[in-house]
Amino acid sequence: MTAQRTTLEISGLTLRIGDTEILRGVDLDLEAGRIQGLAGESGSGKTMTGLAVMGLLPDRSRVGGTITFGDRDLLALAPRQRNALRGTEIAMVFQDPSTSLHPMLSVGAQLTDHLRHHLRLDRAAARARAVELLERVRIPDPSGALRRFAHQFSGGQRQRIAIAIALACSPSVLIADEPTTALDVTVQAGVLHLLRDLAREMGLAVLLVTHDLGVMSAVADQVAVMRRGAVVENGERHQVFTAPAHPYTASLLASLPGAAGGVRSLDDVRALEEL
Amino acid sequence: MSRLDGPLRARFRTRIPQAWRTPLGITGAVVALVWILIAVLGPALWPYDPLTQDFARLEPPTGAHWFGTDELGRDVFTRVLAGARVTVPLAVLLVGLSVVIGGVLGLAAGFFGRWVDETVMRVTDLVMAFPTVILAMVVAASLGASLLNAVLAALVVSWPAYARVTRGLVVGIRQADYVLADRLLGFSPLRSLGTDIVPMVTGPVLILASLDIGTATLLLSGLSFLGLGAKPPTAEWGSMVATAIQNFDSWWMGVFPGLAILTVVMAFNFLGDALRDALDPRTAGVLGKAETR
Amino acid sequence: MVSSPLVRYLLRRLGVSALLIVGVTLVTFVLTNLVPGDPVAANLGQRAAENAETVAAYRAHYGLDRPLPVQYATYLGNLLQGDLGESQQTHRPVLVDLQSAVPATLEIAIGAIVLSVLIGVGFGVVAAVRRGRLADSALRLVSLVGISVPTFWLALVAFYVFSFQLDLAPGSGRLAPATTPPPHVTGLYTLDALLAGEWETFGDALAHLMLPTLVLTLYTVGLLTRFTRSAVLEVLEQDYVRSARAKGLPGRTVLFRYVLRAAMVPILTVVGLAFGALLSGTVLVEEIFSWPGVGSYAYQAASHLDLPAVMGVGLFVGIVYLVINLIVDLLYGAIDPRVRVT
Repeated sequence: MTAQRTTLEISGLTLRIGDTEILRGVDLDLEAGRIQGLAGESGSGKTMTGLAVMGLLPDRSRVGGTITFGDRDLLALAPRQRNALRGTEIAMVFQDPSTSLHPMLSVGAQLTDHLRHHLRLDRAAARARAVELLERVRIPDPSGALRRFAHQFSGGQRQRIAIAIALACSPSVLIADEPTTALDVTVQAGVLHLLRDLAREMGLAVLLVTHDLGVMSAVADQVAVMRRGAVVENGERHQVFTAPAHPYTASLLASLPGAAGGVRSLDDVRALEEL
Repeated sequence: MSRLDGPLRARFRTRIPQAWRTPLGITGAVVALVWILIAVLGPALWPYDPLTQDFARLEPPTGAHWFGTDELGRDVFTRVLAGARVTVPLAVLLVGLSVVIGGVLGLAAGFFGRWVDETVMRVTDLVMAFPTVILAMVVAASLGASLLNAVLAALVVSWPAYARVTRGLVVGIRQADYVLADRLLGFSPLRSLGTDIVPMVTGPVLILASLDIGTATLLLSGLSFLGLGAKPPTAEWGSMVATAIQNFDSWWMGVFPGLAILTVVMAFNFLGDALRDALDPRTAGVLGKAETR
Repeated sequence: MVSSPLVRYLLRRLGVSALLIVGVTLVTFVLTNLVPGDPVAANLGQRAAENAETVAAYRAHYGLDRPLPVQYATYLGNLLQGDLGESQQTHRPVLVDLQSAVPATLEIAIGAIVLSVLIGVGFGVVAAVRRGRLADSALRLVSLVGISVPTFWLALVAFYVFSFQLDLAPGSGRLAPATTPPPHVTGLYTLDALLAGEWETFGDALAHLMLPTLVLTLYTVGLLTRFTRSAVLEVLEQDYVRSARAKGLPGRTVLFRYVLRAAMVPILTVVGLAFGALLSGTVLVEEIFSWPGVGSYAYQAASHLDLPAVMGVGLFVGIVYLVINLIVDLLYGAIDPRVRVT
């Protein structure tokens, strides 16, 4: 086990919205250059965990526990300090790129507005960086793309643009909430591999939230399973898929199409890895 | 019985009582009820007769005449109460007729499509190309000044909004799975219309109608104010304000009837708003777009 | 150039508008000829109407003795030459009447719409952003009252309180009786006075403008507040607003750049409709303030069954609406790239 730097540590995270307990003590670590998967069914609290890290929870939320980033507890920060970290250190990519990009602002505008705000770049420098980012996420004709609008791109391209926007200020943490769920199956692999490559290149600590175990097995290094607001299992991908420690994980795996009445074989897992 | 009948009706049933509990809803409901009572009880509440010209003319409010007397010596308070029997029922009638006519045409347009749709939509375009009061004014003038003609004129300008909303709703529902399923099962177009589509449409349209009673009141009293509606000596609020212009000093002649209009319209607007807030945001969105006339 | 998509779009719109205008004239013509009352009697007076020769001469003069379709065709023909007929009331060409009435109405309408948009949209945004709190409830109440007030009554009350009792604002007409109008450039007294450097006239015209404009503003402010509030609320729930926040942008940037831009489209629609409501309102307000605009002209024409005048007003109003719709549609294209013609 190589000693990885823990970039972000979630400890005993609890969340109540109104009368409902959403999170009941979540523990997770995000390490630089690695993708931490967070799997679970709808309602398990996985999306809320991501939003809690970002500080974008709905209004009547009451949060407990700690989220340690560097030497600070995010939950103890004042709103202004928290906002300073958004986009610059901690970024997020949302599920549906057709609604998460503004329909009336050009791609260039959406790429550069926070760039210029946080990094105080002038227009030319921001533009150059934007082109660089689009190249990195493999968008063809990056300088032409700057002038275009979201509806002029395909779903997969929009999500790549969203990733570029998220990574514009070189954050250390990226939260990807169901990044491929709204995309065509044929396009999903491309986006996932992009995420993995970027994570390695930039030393990003990625939290990949998804209900799709297939997605998980393709790119996650570490897999955590959530059920009803708590993490029931968290281990290396290999291990979780071949020898799950928790019966809930086992039942999830068993429900995958193609898994005939039991845990997936190591061969299946390897085949997926080869994608 | 339509498949989605149950859950949708249930949602209306639980949400609507909720609307009453907001201060807005309660105020609106209470005031509206008071006016309805005044209209229904009518003569039983009048201290005097609205047409009797017995009293001293142009008397300011006193103990005997709470709202003073007008230029012909009639008691203004009684006339204001009597006005409720004119304006409120007519406003409700106007809205009812608009719903029926607009609703039927909108249903036809949305359901049968093609040239029916085109025709109805062009006609609504044409009517909606005029600001309401001006068109209503022209119609009322050509028909001759009377309350009934004022209602007819107002009807002409009011039905298009309902036609548009209904058509929009129908077009949205027409493609729904359960409607198509029923057609595959062999439902005739008419039966499909009646059992699958109409129940889903009536809810939002009725909410829109309830919001509209206020606007209808304003339109009708406006037409009467212009002399195109109620004829003397009928006690109608709008025409009472018009006469008040000639007797400027006697402020009580115009202020009280106007306040009556204001409170009635406010009550129905409050109610309508409370209702809208309590319902599905989706339905609220549809209603919002249709509200502007 | 002629093949540019924008030009083609404009030409198409103009074509449709022309058809609509013809439709408008047809509707007005049919409606005004449904008249059970006889315009002759209304305009000549009882005694003259009993004289058969006078009546015949009158009818011949106004072409009322010819069959209806011929009358309509004649009207359309004249229209194309800029002749809107002669008003049976004022005995002047309707076009001339409108030329003096339209600027008068424009003066109060433009003032009212500008004020209403500034206040109404502002209120709506505040109410949406502070949803559920005191400011929101207060503003919603104000807007509800605004759309519930009968305009004619408010005009009366305003006139009584501010002009009659408090003597704070003049009540009648566009200028004090002693003041002469400024040299005619646009017909808008305020603008013309400014252009001619007549400061006192400008002040007088402005003072006379105030009450009618403010009365008209109340209803439209109520309307705009409500619709802006719901438009902004809807936008606030959108994913792209959350994305903007996730980027760490300051609240004000999120509001103006992301929220308002998207909300502008429905708000524009309402502004267009509000203008129509305003035109309706002028009918009620102009009478009370003795404002010689299109509203009072329309009212006089309608109540005296002055058919050419009514047709003229109908035409004017129809055209204004069409122009406004066209402008709004073009603005949509400017704001929302998904709608653009190119």
